[in-house]
Amino acid sequence: MSNEQPNAPVTGVRWQENVAIVDVAGDIDLNRSLDFQKSLLAVLEDGPHRIIVNLSGVPYMDSSGVASLVKLLSRARKSGCQLSLVGLTTRVKSLFEITRLDVVFNISPTEKDALA
Amino acid sequence: MDLIPREPIALHFCSSPAHLPVIRAAVERMCDLLGMDSEATGGVVLSVDEAMTNIIKHAYKGDSGQPIDIVMTPVGQPDPNALEICLSDRGQYVDPSQIKSRDLDDVRPGGLGVHIIVKCMDEVTYAPRDGGGTVLTMIKNLQSIDAEASKEVSS
Repeated sequence: MSNEQPNAPVTGVRWQENVAIVDVAGDIDLNRSLDFQKSLLAVLEDGPHRIIVNLSGVPYMDSSGVASLVKLLSRARKSGCQLSLVGLTTRVKSLFEITRLDVVFNISPTEKDALA
Repeated sequence: MDLIPREPIALHFCSSPAHLPVIRAAVERMCDLLGMDSEATGGVVLSVDEAMTNIIKHAYKGDSGQPIDIVMTPVGQPDPNALEICLSDRGQYVDPSQIKSRDLDDVRPGGLGVHIIVKCMDEVTYAPRDGGGTVLTMIKNLQSIDAEASKEVSS
């Protein structure tokens, strides 16, 4: 899937067999979280066995961005798709810790770690 | 030149999600000037963002043209020992007893904003605004002021 919208949160999706690696860029807040969520759920509809969301290009995220990822996690579990988050920046990692979602999501430092 | 802001700074925004990055930048700069460390600054910025999001979604129900006032006040003399941030809206007053975070073990989208604010700030109070709306007051204590930032630098 390619996302050609300017300033779109999801900048691209790379496929490695049945694994979809989703690249995300920019702050994810109330202004962009709906587009973020739509793009994530569209990837799930393509039927991957696993989705890896690369957040290394996201310096900031608020609870609306987290809500998008929680929705993706819920849908992914129902469809038997594994979900991993990688490349969390300091503030995004802190947000997951504050909300205790760091123990709910499968979080790895890098794509390589997630794919190992 | 005194690098530390000592007077209240008042900002006026409308309830548009597109304004959130500008608000975050202003709050972050204020925290930087007060010598707050990165972790505390991140918490304050996130708290203001979450409070703004709640106002936009709940007090104004998504209407993007409504007023939101933010006043950032360094508290304490001679050097500030806390940062007070007040957000005022003219939307539907939210009864504080109805403002509560969901159980964090109940993993579902939404309902995290209040939890984040309470977790990141040292004091949080909601009060009705004269003329209608809500005033949210949040205080973050400054653990330490960067000695360098407290110096008066002559240019």
